[in-house]
Amino acid sequence: MRYLLMISADETEVEEVVSEEGMKAFAVWMDDLVERGVIRAHEGLRPSRTATTVRVRDDEVLLTDGPYIEAKEQIGGFALIEVDNLDEAIEIAAGHPACAVGQVEIRPVLER
Amino acid sequence: MTGDGSPVSPTVADALTTVFREEWGRVVATLIGWAGDWDLAEECTQEAFTRALRSWPRDGVPDRPGAWLLTAARRHAIDRLRRATLGEAKLRQLAVTGQLPDADPDDSGIGDERLRLIFTCCHPALAFEARVSLALRTLTGLSTAEIARAFSVPEATMAKRLVRAKQKIRDAGIPYRVPPAHLLPERTRSVLAVIYLVFNEGYVATSGADLHRPDLAHEAIRLAALVVELMPDDPEARGLHALTLLQHARAATRMSPDGVLVPLEEQDRTRWDRTLVAAGLTELRRAARREHVGPYQLQAMIAACHVTAPTAADTDWARITMLYDALLAQVPSPTVALNRAVAVAMSAGPDAGLTLLDDLTRHGECDHLVHAARADLLRRAGRVGSAADAYRTALAQTSNEAERAYLRRRLGELTCPGPRRP
Repeated sequence: MRYLLMISADETEVEEVVSEEGMKAFAVWMDDLVERGVIRAHEGLRPSRTATTVRVRDDEVLLTDGPYIEAKEQIGGFALIEVDNLDEAIEIAAGHPACAVGQVEIRPVLER
Repeated sequence: MTGDGSPVSPTVADALTTVFREEWGRVVATLIGWAGDWDLAEECTQEAFTRALRSWPRDGVPDRPGAWLLTAARRHAIDRLRRATLGEAKLRQLAVTGQLPDADPDDSGIGDERLRLIFTCCHPALAFEARVSLALRTLTGLSTAEIARAFSVPEATMAKRLVRAKQKIRDAGIPYRVPPAHLLPERTRSVLAVIYLVFNEGYVATSGADLHRPDLAHEAIRLAALVVELMPDDPEARGLHALTLLQHARAATRMSPDGVLVPLEEQDRTRWDRTLVAAGLTELRRAARREHVGPYQLQAMIAACHVTAPTAADTDWARITMLYDALLAQVPSPTVALNRAVAVAMSAGPDAGLTLLDDLTRHGECDHLVHAARADLLRRAGRVGSAADAYRTALAQTSNEAERAYLRRRLGELTCPGPRRP
């Protein structure tokens, strides 16, 4: 099964530039997933203040500066993994360094 | 009750009741393992029991009722899959990969099916209340209406909760399995916590007229026994089983015929169920042979102190205090702290207990149990006015009728002159 891991944290608490130590922990996590052949995509995102939200109402394109939900906790990255079951996805999510300061939401991908 | 209107003989009816209790979870678990479809498994198990109700009175109870039911349920499942649009493909897939274990209820392989079921129902990715409901529905066969009644929620709410839980298991890919060794301790804790909650809900219903819901208590004892049977080396499973047996031994004496809670010291000890006590003590001894003494064992040891004391005055409160100390170190919960305060009061005097209760209140713990305990200790200390106030506060905060009746009784004794019970 494929799962999307949405990695989020309190942006006011998290450093915008990840420390060297943090990068190392992340590399360990990533190397393991690459070796196991379960990672399909992974990206980190710029902070939510760079976000633009788009809506179309009455044929008019409406733009908002910022994320669609104003909240302290914002998505800072995502990973798409392909594993056998939720237990494996949980173990992978729990191993992400950001999980120690923020959280990871695991969403199963709607398979056709 | 039968489909063709003929009466069911008492023997067959008894056999069906027993078989239902014993085989429901086994048949459901085996069918889920085979077809991977929870709804199909439940519906076909239901259908198998309906067929048994029709044919057993006519043909007699089969030698191996469990095997009969499993075969009937599987046949029904195959029929249903054949009729369904996508069923043929599913059946072909099952023919290749789906091994239905030998339909022998004594086969230990089928025992494993129930273990897979219980671990899946109690998966921590499900909300706690969903785990409890799903375990009761699939393992014990209680109906949605019965579970809804037991937890005082509308049947539609319970039905939705069960549907959502099953959907999540399917859609989120919660594996139908006994977790691997490194996850086992944590997952077993979740299983035991579910059973403990079912038992507690049966032991002290949170609302309604009855203090006690014996059906839920019985189901919890059965589930605990099942986990022990399936995981004989887990000391906490045995501890929980012992705890449920020892607590349930006092069930008949915990409420007066007119629906008033009877405190431990006033319970008629001659009416405690000695068979359950003996079974509980045996289980506790088996658990204690293992090294780790966890929270369920500690609670069972406390329950054992109570049920083995010949009179209330003989209770070894010093030992109970010591056991609560150990329990509090492992489970630093307000409830444990409260019970420990009461134990301290019983061994060192009410004032020592009241000091501990004050600490608890300062930390924001002031539900009706704290007020009721404070009231009891103030009463023992002879401080009638403060005791009455505390009983009134406790009364205002609980909706359990049996508890309310007890608190009113105490309040009456303090405020009205007349004969007093101890």
